Amino acid sequence: MFSKLVPVPSGSMIPDRDIDKSPILECINLGITFGGLKAVEDFNLTIGRTEIAGLIGPNGAGKTTVFNLLTKVYQPTKGTILLDGHDTHGMDTMKVNRAGIARTFQNIRLFQELSVEDNVKTGMDTQISYNMWEGIFRLPRFWKEEKTAHERALELLSIFNMENLANVRAGSLPYGAQRRLEIVRALATNPSLLLLDEPAAGMNPSETAELMENIRKIRDTFQIAVLLIEHDMNLVMNICEGICVLNFGRVIAKGSPADIQANPAVIEAYLGKKKEA
Amino acid sequence: MASLKITAKKNLSKTSRRNYLTYGLVILAFVILQAMSGSLSSSLKGMLVPICAYVVMAISLNLTVGILGELSLGHAGFMSVGAFTGVIVASYLQDTITIAPLRLAISMVAGAAFAALAGFLIGIPVLRLKGDYLAIVTLAFGEIIKTIFTNLYVGVDGRGLHFSLLEDKTNLAEGGKLVVSGPMGMGSIQKIASFTAGFLLILITLAVVFNLVNSRAGRAIMAIRDNRIAAESIGINVTKYKMIAFVTSAALAGAAGTLFAMNYSTIVATKFDFNTSILVLVFVVLGGLGNMLGSIIAAAVLTILPEALRQFSDYRMLVYAIVLILVMLATNNPTLRGYLDRVKGAITGKHSEKEAA
Repeated sequence: MFSKLVPVPSGSMIPDRDIDKSPILECINLGITFGGLKAVEDFNLTIGRTEIAGLIGPNGAGKTTVFNLLTKVYQPTKGTILLDGHDTHGMDTMKVNRAGIARTFQNIRLFQELSVEDNVKTGMDTQISYNMWEGIFRLPRFWKEEKTAHERALELLSIFNMENLANVRAGSLPYGAQRRLEIVRALATNPSLLLLDEPAAGMNPSETAELMENIRKIRDTFQIAVLLIEHDMNLVMNICEGICVLNFGRVIAKGSPADIQANPAVIEAYLGKKKEA
Repeated sequence: MASLKITAKKNLSKTSRRNYLTYGLVILAFVILQAMSGSLSSSLKGMLVPICAYVVMAISLNLTVGILGELSLGHAGFMSVGAFTGVIVASYLQDTITIAPLRLAISMVAGAAFAALAGFLIGIPVLRLKGDYLAIVTLAFGEIIKTIFTNLYVGVDGRGLHFSLLEDKTNLAEGGKLVVSGPMGMGSIQKIASFTAGFLLILITLAVVFNLVNSRAGRAIMAIRDNRIAAESIGINVTKYKMIAFVTSAALAGAAGTLFAMNYSTIVATKFDFNTSILVLVFVVLGGLGNMLGSIIAAAVLTILPEALRQFSDYRMLVYAIVLILVMLATNNPTLRGYLDRVKGAITGKHSEKEAA
């Protein structure tokens, strides 16, 4: 249907297997200003259907702001976001999620008082169709759909081997498990693009290695695209097919992990300029 | 992993066990009170229906404050709407429906419906906002409703219902009756509320609240309470679910209002003032946010307490305040809490042994 949907505004990062399909996400000259501060400016990014992409940059570069723009926590002051070819202009956070973007948060935002299973089921709310009265009167549709939701929640939790924790209060989970639960909850919404904000933060090397495997597994099983912000360069360089580097709200480099590692602008942003002798 | 599984099972049955315990204790209290109805003092007997009404009020407010996490300072306003609607409907139906309990039930449904409508109208603008606006608006709502009902005249005659504001312009036909007469409130109300009706209303309220909380709506409502931004990010319709919780809460308060009013021969709008709203809020806070059993106990005890303290005459409210403070201090005392937890552990331990056997 779409034949080679390039040109992309500023150089595609789309892996070869996705090149014949339309990209899941296109950001065109995206920008936002807070007062006079240009937090993100001229942000262009294209992500393929099943790509794992990375968004990196020094602290305060605007990475989380990009996530907040994509999910409409902030409305962009400039530019366009095309999700699966459709403009998300005018949508709010809820509608963007229903259109296919799910995310996790840098500072974990779980429903602390709910059980692990209920956290996941809450993510399935849009797929459940029984109404309030059917819930109050416990009509057949309630039992049927709750049973399906229960089974699906356990299935999703099993990605991270968390089925045994289903009835534990989310707030009492250890830190790493909370991060994993956030990913499961996001997956429960059936997204086509998953945004992960520092998924490996606070994890030890073995947990991080496991997480990398699981991100790949999620992509392979659900055939979705993943865009992640991460400071753990080992993780980023290992699993990302395309990487976009932000500094002071601007894209300074884009390309494969090997390109990025060799890029002088990136090295300068992270390590500073070499002093001239 | 095995130990994890066991804790998981324990947690699973915890919520439903707690709910069954609540139902069970309410039924038990009803049976005991019915059995000893002969030996109850007349003042306590007269308080049974108000206690039921306040218990329903406390449960319904707990849905807004504890489950939804929004503060409502005008819950008595919904009670008032329910009371006036209920009495008017009951007067209108007096000749058509002669079975009193049926008339009471219909009045309660009408009271609940109008209170729900009021809640819906308030909710449209307010529940879209982030922040504590609901507290401010419900506070105003309670005062507005009080003022409206203090100036409302409603009459019923052969031609139907007649309404007028500020002065009596109902021009009732021969045999007509003024149901609501402005500042004088409602007089000659049919006292058709009974303890049994109150008990049934409590059970219905508990069923509605528990079933709502343990369904997709309850999950979403509590998700919004715990983290609104995360709830939005997973596609939860925040306004819709806030509305469901708030309107349900208002409707139940309306039914409680009807029950309450039908227990007295006269009732004035100023009965449902800010103090009543705060009183119900005290029940909820003292019983524990989100804890329905706590709300029931707090409502029952704190409704009886002022009567029980009558011997202190003028110092009654002073003692009431001291008792409140003592209860709060005691429930926050670490030693006492530790002891209570041990008792709880012993009881639940025995429970799980029974289940295993």
